[in-house]
Amino acid sequence: MANPPPPQPFGKPSLPAGKPGGPTGKSSATSPPSSPAARRGFMVETSAVVIGGIVGLVPALSGLAVFLDPLRRKSSAEKLLRVTTLDALPDDGIPRQFAVIAEHVDAWNRSLEPVGAVYLRRNKGEATPQCLTATCPHAGCFVNYDAPTNSFKCPCHNSTFTVDGQIIEPSPSPRAMDTMECEVKDQEILVKFQNYYTGKTEKVVKE
Amino acid sequence: MKALIDWLDSRTGVRDLVHEALYERIPGGSRWRYVWGSTLVFAFVTQVITGVFLWMCYSPSAQTAWESVYFIQYQMSGGWLLRGLHHFMAQAMVVLMALHLMQVVIDGAYRAPREVNFWLGLILMQIVLGLSLTGYLLPWDQKGYWATRVATNLLSIVPLVGPQLQQLVVGGADYGHLTLTRFFALHAGVLPGLLVFFLIIHVALFRRHGICTKKPERCPEMSFWPDQVLKDAVACLAVLIVVLLLVVHPLNLFMSSGGAGHAVSPLGAELGAPADSSNQYAAARPEWYFLFLFQFLKLFEGWGEQGELLGAIVIPGAVMAALFLMPLIGRWNLGHRFNIGLLFILLAGIGWLTTAAVNEDYRAKWTSDTFAEVAQVVAEIGTDPEKIASHFGNDTEKIQQFTTQLAAYEKYTKSKDYLQAVKGAEREAERIVTLASSPERIPPTGAITLLRDDPKTQGPRLFALNCASCHTFTPAASGTEEPAPAKRSTAADLAGFASRPWIAGLLNPEKIAGPEYFGNTAHREGEMAGFVKETLAGWPAEEVQNAVMALSAEAKLKSQAAADQTDAARIEAGRKLIADGDRCASCHKFHEAGELGSAPDLTDYGSREWLTGMIDDPRHKRFYREANDRMPAFAEFPHDPAKNMLSARTIALIVDWLRGEWYEPAADEPAEAKAPVEPSAAEKPAADQPPVAAPAEAAPAAGK
Repeated sequence: MANPPPPQPFGKPSLPAGKPGGPTGKSSATSPPSSPAARRGFMVETSAVVIGGIVGLVPALSGLAVFLDPLRRKSSAEKLLRVTTLDALPDDGIPRQFAVIAEHVDAWNRSLEPVGAVYLRRNKGEATPQCLTATCPHAGCFVNYDAPTNSFKCPCHNSTFTVDGQIIEPSPSPRAMDTMECEVKDQEILVKFQNYYTGKTEKVVKE
Repeated sequence: MKALIDWLDSRTGVRDLVHEALYERIPGGSRWRYVWGSTLVFAFVTQVITGVFLWMCYSPSAQTAWESVYFIQYQMSGGWLLRGLHHFMAQAMVVLMALHLMQVVIDGAYRAPREVNFWLGLILMQIVLGLSLTGYLLPWDQKGYWATRVATNLLSIVPLVGPQLQQLVVGGADYGHLTLTRFFALHAGVLPGLLVFFLIIHVALFRRHGICTKKPERCPEMSFWPDQVLKDAVACLAVLIVVLLLVVHPLNLFMSSGGAGHAVSPLGAELGAPADSSNQYAAARPEWYFLFLFQFLKLFEGWGEQGELLGAIVIPGAVMAALFLMPLIGRWNLGHRFNIGLLFILLAGIGWLTTAAVNEDYRAKWTSDTFAEVAQVVAEIGTDPEKIASHFGNDTEKIQQFTTQLAAYEKYTKSKDYLQAVKGAEREAERIVTLASSPERIPPTGAITLLRDDPKTQGPRLFALNCASCHTFTPAASGTEEPAPAKRSTAADLAGFASRPWIAGLLNPEKIAGPEYFGNTAHREGEMAGFVKETLAGWPAEEVQNAVMALSAEAKLKSQAAADQTDAARIEAGRKLIADGDRCASCHKFHEAGELGSAPDLTDYGSREWLTGMIDDPRHKRFYREANDRMPAFAEFPHDPAKNMLSARTIALIVDWLRGEWYEPAADEPAEAKAPVEPSAAEKPAADQPPVAAPAEAAPAAGK
């Protein structure tokens, strides 16, 4: 194709310009809408694309709206929850595991359910306990308290933590165990239970 | 017949179609090495067929997913076979995919003009892996639930959109109904649809370019039909036989990740206990063919967030990119060799990581070394480096040696913990199937309610949590977890409480002040201990035994029901002894005899109601009053339950567990999924119990 023929501005030359109807409309896809036939062809194509697009988009968009709905849902676990009584936690510095019972909303269901677990620990004479979540900040496994070494151990990827929840290196976990707000009211221990993103250096609350 | 075909052909061109499909040219003749693609198509078709039938019985929601899979597996005829086929064919598909990829790369079938088809193959591979990842969650059992949690948590570390991406995949902030509906839609709709779409193009392009023949050609050209079709069919049959063997053979213990095996039925795919977000599951592992990724992540210990990103996303992504580039790399002179080298390095890496992961989990099983010496040192001084140094007198060589041993010991204990978690999970899976198969069936709130309300499952946990800091419990009951033994018991051992052997021990002058009873309490030198040692020792053995039987009968233990009936006469004699104002009733109240005030009430001693009252408030006038020794009142405020340390439900679970009251299928009940009934603690007296235990043991058998 050393010498390409000059571009033909108005459709195929074999068809007389201005002849209405017929297959002319289709062939003028790339031509500017300067002749009536080409203009008509352009209108037909545009309409076909627009109408075709609309009939496809409406179901797709309605589906997308529902599909994205979870993004605006918040975790049901974020209020102050009663975990146990102060009597149940001696001030001996040993962490004890407690289940956190919360109102649990799962789509259309609402129930009171254990939503997770925390380790509470009270040093001698301390009024307010320290509260650590039992979920490993590395990948979300359940951390165990190991009494002989007085430390926390994660059974999944070997993360270990001191009794305060600090990292013992080397550890796959990017951060220390997550502490949670904890208060004592009328001899009851209340915890602001939250879930956090795992695998991040900073503790970020899952909303 | 011919007329019918002619008619059809003139309207559809069916002859050309069949010809096109069957008479593809194969230069060099049919060969076994060409079968892999066909076996993959066969595996996929099997998955579609079995999947559609499973679909007809499956119900994706947090309350029905496990339940419907349980029903398929244990109640529907042939359900285990259908599920087993689907489960193991999925695994076979991964293996076949690896073989197909190897064959394509080794034969250089990715070279022009087949680059696009190679890329389509890699896309198909991603879809198949996506199918297995989504399918793993659908039974909603502990293993699938926790493994999927870890996998989707990894999504959240994707830069910028990670958290949103995770929330979209999970279907909200928490795992639940919408996670299942989404995964199921992906598993049964979106991914198979995409797979079919790409598979059609993949096969069409394969036909367009023809088969990539292996040189030198050994035979003259043949057509696909019938020689190659026969070879393909034989290969498919071989795949099917292997899969069927896995379905019916206990070998699949090794194939299923976690090695948890089959709790109840040795047939078909494993089904763990239902998912429970609050119940720790330390044995969560991905499917075996993803184990290498799981292990790969561990290599990035101490790298922080970047390490996670690198290990979970960047490097696997780069490896996939390298695979995609193979057709381009293959153009260079040494490119093909480079590609083959790369493939084998990858496969070797995957093999090594998988072996390492399995070895880490199972090493405790495979070694005879129990590290007794190291364990003793650790128990004495802990793992603090300074303390270790001083323990070995700062001898560098010894410290070095010990540190090496310590590392091995730590790996050993980790593996042991894992194996124990697997065992616990197995026991729980077995138990839930027993409960679900009971005539009561599963309540609408789901199978998880059965486990949460089951004393046999919850008792040991609740005891460990609330009672074991003072009380011991030996022998440990056959629950899911053994209660951690108290470091030094400060109260009575409660195994078999109120059973004949237990009461016989209490009334044994040599035992009452021992650690199993009052030895570590304020009652060690109390009136009861004095009475047993001085007065009771003088009673005729027959009378003591009658009293033991009578008091134990008050508890109305399930395990002693038959014995209590057989020994009615001796129990009656024993009751008279207890009610005698000069004997027990001089301090204790016993039905109409005696008075409250100086010692615990013996009326209904050890019954459900008695034990509940004792745990609620041991200082109550019915029990120990001010003589109560350190035992807390766990439910002191009957009218204000929020103030109590334990809920009524928790106490009821502990009481029922201590009394051995939980559902067990009757021996003659034709349960499809009957678990072996382990003897309860109450039925399992310690070896050193007095002879009075003998009639109690013999009677239940005789009474039946």
